Amino acid sequence: MSAPLPEQGYNFAYLDEGTKRMIRRAILKAIAIPGYQVPFASREMPMPYGWGTGGVQVTAAVLGRSDVLKVIDQGADDTTNAVSIRRFFGRTAGVATTTRTTEATVIQTRHRIPETPLREGQILVYQVPIPEPLRFLEPRETETRQLHALAEYGLIHVKLYEDIARHGHIATTYAYPVEVAGRYVMDPSPTPKFDNPKMDDCPALQLFGAGREKRIYAVPPYTRVRSLDFEDHPFRVQRFDRPCALCGAEGVYLDEVVLDDRGGRMFVCSDTDHCEGRRAEGFTGEQAA
Amino acid sequence: MSAPLLQVQGLTKRYGPRLACDGVGFALHPGEVLAVVGESGSGKSTLLGLIAGEVAADAGSVTYRMRDGVPRDLAALGPAERRALMRTDWGFVRQDAAQGLRMAVSAGGNVGERLMGIGERHYGRIRATALDWLARVEIAADRVDDPPTRFSGGMRQRLQIARNLVTGPRLVLMDEPTSGLDVSVQARLLDTIRGLVAELGLAVIIVTHDLAVARLLSHRILVMRGGRVIETGLTDQVLDDPQAPYTQLLVASVLAA
Repeated sequence: MSAPLPEQGYNFAYLDEGTKRMIRRAILKAIAIPGYQVPFASREMPMPYGWGTGGVQVTAAVLGRSDVLKVIDQGADDTTNAVSIRRFFGRTAGVATTTRTTEATVIQTRHRIPETPLREGQILVYQVPIPEPLRFLEPRETETRQLHALAEYGLIHVKLYEDIARHGHIATTYAYPVEVAGRYVMDPSPTPKFDNPKMDDCPALQLFGAGREKRIYAVPPYTRVRSLDFEDHPFRVQRFDRPCALCGAEGVYLDEVVLDDRGGRMFVCSDTDHCEGRRAEGFTGEQAA
Repeated sequence: MSAPLLQVQGLTKRYGPRLACDGVGFALHPGEVLAVVGESGSGKSTLLGLIAGEVAADAGSVTYRMRDGVPRDLAALGPAERRALMRTDWGFVRQDAAQGLRMAVSAGGNVGERLMGIGERHYGRIRATALDWLARVEIAADRVDDPPTRFSGGMRQRLQIARNLVTGPRLVLMDEPTSGLDVSVQARLLDTIRGLVAELGLAVIIVTHDLAVARLLSHRILVMRGGRVIETGLTDQVLDDPQAPYTQLLVASVLAA
């Protein structure tokens, strides 16, 4: 919880006010039509595409001086990308940053939704590489837009059908397609499908920014988000057969950590803040040092 | 006689100064097979594209009697209605199977796509229907999970047929379905098509340059040249007693086996 002095010579949160207004308009439209991909004039950002340029632009547009920012990458607050983006906004906006989910008002994420349930007033910003859920089935953008406009979503089920035909079950584990508010089918970005249920009826506002593809979409608070499935192959999240090795948490998403070159490994919380919080409360797992 | 299923009137299409289709008109009744023959560049495929709404017509109309019995001008349908019609009540078997199939998706997925498109959400039922249709077009059940890239040319055409017929359409457009196949494969494919057409009472418009295909499958024939219909009538009548000089030439140019 530190608020460093902002760099001189930058507008608040890096982007100029005209750009922020343009992005906010896109965000408002996205909120008005849940799950619909709104085109926006994505800007060049001081980082390469694929590092979260869409998420950064959305964050810059919604950030206020009193906001507290948290950035996670694969659930972790301490990876390069998360640290860089947090410092970026610390320096260009001078906002307070945190690693605690409960303290944050804006959380930018790549790949995970925090284990701690989000609350009203929080904004979750996703970095999205490919916003179009139909892309790998239908390469033509003109055609996918038609399909969305007419709500022709048979094609997305062809993908799930192929999964079952090949693997005996729906083997898609991330970027698992969802239907938002009973209308648009949306790619929840490459979050594990483990997190899909957290999107449903979530009290927080969820915003999705795809910088390279120039699209913004949104899930407003308390919106129905349904993972697609078949009647005889219902949607299921992955289960882990052991608790976190550090904090002993069950029912959370775990990362595999290789310990040595003799097959040693441990499974730990992917959400580092959640894990640290539990250990601070005195929970321990079997390998806690 | 029953009301026509499809009524085509004065269809015209120009590509610059060239006339691809010039005032083509005909009526097609339920269960009727119409062959459109002519040499390359005579406007056969353009005609099919115009009927399917894939090519915008410069003039003329296509009227289709919907399932509720009401004839509708296809140009007046909204995109949603038109697309729904195309994937339920119509089929389109392409000359190039790669255009009519999803080459990266398994045979079962190809057949199941239309079912999922109309809201089927039960994997077991989709798969059972797909297997049933593969059997009807004589594709072995153990190929259901292979993509069409691993199929021979004849099998790809069979798969296209299964994919199109799975929703029980009433009208199927076929664009040279047997071209590029060797003779024995052609014969078996024609046999399959003839059996299914008779069994399901399909109305078919089949475009072909092969008069033997027309003879075998069709009830009526439409001879095209330079975008115009130059002769039309019952298939046997036209082929056995051609009136137009061009048709006489066409019939005479078939090599006797």
